[in-house]
Amino acid sequence: MKRVLETKHVSGQSPNYLLAKFQDLVDWAVNASRANSLWPMPFGTACCAIEFMATAASRYDFARFGMERQAFSPRQADVLICAGRLPFKLASVIRRIYDQMPQPKWVISMGACASTGGIFDNYAMVQGIDTIVPVDVYVPGCPPRPEGLLYGVLLLHKKIKGESLFDHVPRREEQPLDDRGLRLPPEQIDEISEPFGNSVHQFRSA
Amino acid sequence: MSKRTVEVELATPGVGPRGETLRVPLGVAQQPDLAAEHMLINIGPQHPATHGVLRLVVELDGETVVRVIPHLGYLHSGFEKLGEYRHYNQIIPLTDRTDYLSPMANNVGFALAAEQLMGIAITPRCTVLRVIACEMSRIISHMVWLGTTSIDLGAFTPFLWAFQERERIYNLQEMWTGARLTTSVTRVGGMMADVPDDFVAGLRHFTQTFPKTLSEIDRVLTRNAVWVGRTQGVGVLTAAEAINHSLSGPMLRASGVAYDVRKDKPYLDYETYDFDVVVGEHGDVYDRYLVRLEECSQSNRILQQALDRLPDGPINIADPRVILPPKSRAMNDMEAMIYHFKQVMEGVKAPVGEAYVGIENPKGELGTYLVSDGTAKPVRWRIRPPSFINLSALPHMAAGHLLSDLIAINASVDIVMGEVDR
Amino acid sequence: MNPSVDALRATFGNAIGRALESCGDTIVYVGRDALLDVMAWLRDTPGHTYDYLVDVTAVEYRDRERPLEVVYGLRSLSRRADLRVKVELDSQGDLTVDSVVPLWRGADWLEREVYDMFGITFRGHPDLRRILMWETYAEGYPLRKDFPLRGRFSRAEQVRQALAASPEAHYSLEELSIADAYEELPADMKERLRRGTRGELPDSE
Ligand code: SF4
Repeated sequence: MKRVLETKHVSGQSPNYLLAKFQDLVDWAVNASRANSLWPMPFGTACCAIEFMATAASRYDFARFGMERQAFSPRQADVLICAGRLPFKLASVIRRIYDQMPQPKWVISMGACASTGGIFDNYAMVQGIDTIVPVDVYVPGCPPRPEGLLYGVLLLHKKIKGESLFDHVPRREEQPLDDRGLRLPPEQIDEISEPFGNSVHQFRSA
Repeated sequence: MSKRTVEVELATPGVGPRGETLRVPLGVAQQPDLAAEHMLINIGPQHPATHGVLRLVVELDGETVVRVIPHLGYLHSGFEKLGEYRHYNQIIPLTDRTDYLSPMANNVGFALAAEQLMGIAITPRCTVLRVIACEMSRIISHMVWLGTTSIDLGAFTPFLWAFQERERIYNLQEMWTGARLTTSVTRVGGMMADVPDDFVAGLRHFTQTFPKTLSEIDRVLTRNAVWVGRTQGVGVLTAAEAINHSLSGPMLRASGVAYDVRKDKPYLDYETYDFDVVVGEHGDVYDRYLVRLEECSQSNRILQQALDRLPDGPINIADPRVILPPKSRAMNDMEAMIYHFKQVMEGVKAPVGEAYVGIENPKGELGTYLVSDGTAKPVRWRIRPPSFINLSALPHMAAGHLLSDLIAINASVDIVMGEVDR
Repeated sequence: MNPSVDALRATFGNAIGRALESCGDTIVYVGRDALLDVMAWLRDTPGHTYDYLVDVTAVEYRDRERPLEVVYGLRSLSRRADLRVKVELDSQGDLTVDSVVPLWRGADWLEREVYDMFGITFRGHPDLRRILMWETYAEGYPLRKDFPLRGRFSRAEQVRQALAASPEAHYSLEELSIADAYEELPADMKERLRRGTRGELPDSE
């Protein structure tokens, strides 16, 4: 197909013009169908999951954005929505769930805790799920309002619509853990987990 | 274990942490004789029917549950440790996030304990506002319970009704505090804010229309053959067992023990309100449902009475060492500014001592135990978590029932993992 | 002051330490060895009948000299009366008390939690494992005062250990049969289990 298109000459236009048009068309069709029927895998752990439920319920109803079917099995899901805080005990679970999801897959980190650890800068909490799985959209808030989550979903749509099947890089590398068993280099994890803002001052107990 | 236990792998893991494909043995080498074996299945931690990240390892004989081994801690967030590093007023935002289905009631529970520790008597208007906060929380918490439990047992419509009512209360909460969920509405010695002007009218409208939804839910579920068949006689606890397991709240009352902290150790002048303590008879899942449903209408009664008697007056006590001065004064008045600075930088100091205050939360008795050594941060902030203790009776209740009943029993405990694991 | 305190003194004499009142609650200190007897007496004696266990927890003070306290909240449902019983443990010494699970089933998870968070051992508890942290958690007991807020290890190390944990731990034939047969295991294996190196048992390799 590619060769045929490349050899075809159209006067006044580069030979790749049609190919590019064709690729755009394919991308548009694939991306539109992907973006408009995302199947979310709700990984709801804490308070944010309640707002997630409110987003799914009648008033906000994210089925309007193509998320009609919630996939409670990671094997049939496109987007992992981590709603709520993620303690270390749950880290291997979310990694397992992420590994089980088929390609292409996306991750939305909902809420301050999932994105940065939030107010829980202590021994029990992962300081941001991006130390464990790659994240596409961070939704801030504690908890984000349902409108906020919907906005995050729309941003993800935008991101998906900007992807291309033809740029010869894997759409999303699997991002496996390295031989230390980490996704990022340890220095980087230490750096992004460092306390910031007010919590820098809150290390003394008396 | 008399029978030999056989591992049956239900989760198919797929790829390992390094990206390699994992092969997991399915069962044992020789074909197990399933009639003679016990089977082990794993529910959770990420499973829609466990109401959060609870994990149950269930040993089955056929379809009968032999034993249930709950594994907790998947949402352990170190609240109690964090509390030792926070001023009393800074802990209030943390309390929202323990039992996030009834945030306002948690705020009240903590504020009451801190006030008891410091010997503060709150104003009459604040008392009534806190009653309103507690009862609103009870309604939204029971609504979540109704909605999710009915989904677990196969009815979807009550979920939508229940969440509609929640949205209406959320609107009121938002009007009052600016937040839908994480309200942080109390302060030590008062409230974060007074209710806005149209709050009272809005809440009154809610109390007038809410009974209609309740009666709709009642019509759909209470005499529904499926509902009754799946809940009656399931997960029975006698009164003596319930007491021995330290259960509290609707779980205890469904077993026929009429203990309600609001009546028996009253706080916030609950003894002056006219309401009934709802007590069950059989201690099964059905009675727990009835108790919670009826508690909603009792809460509605309390809300109406509270609205009727809501007095005028200040919401905060007058002590400038405890209550932040208004921002305008802190910016203009030297004395107010010093108080503001001291409270923000040093916090409110509590005298040496300890206080325990239990309040009747939707889930049961939420106790707050504070130990102070005279500094502005507690030595120990202990939450007595009602749903943690109620859940500990699950293995006892579920043994001998069918696997599908386990889901109903687990739902009937009304757990919220933020509080179970803290 | 709660009248049960005088009755306790009359019955148990020296085993009852000081009693005081704080914010309207009576607190009575009980010697460690007499705890189980005192609790059984409080539960079963007519006129006292503290039949409901409200809470079991522990307190460590910032002052290192002060002993750790195990705190029991008791309540009599029929008399609507509360009593708080405390046992003092020397934080350098042996952190062991008797379990009250034989008296109240509700103490089961509460004691496990105190063990998990403070490292206090409850003698006679049927199943004393960590409950909130995972069993191989190596950083210590989080609610002790010498435990730093952010844990002992670096964040990268914490993430590494968390990711290395198997999400399917505690889900196998061995796990259950070991838990069943715990009492009959040889001492060294018990020790290994207590240290939480379950994954390294010879037949699970
Ligand atoms: S971000 Fe806030 S609301 Fe969301 S899980 Fe964390 S504490 Fe809860």
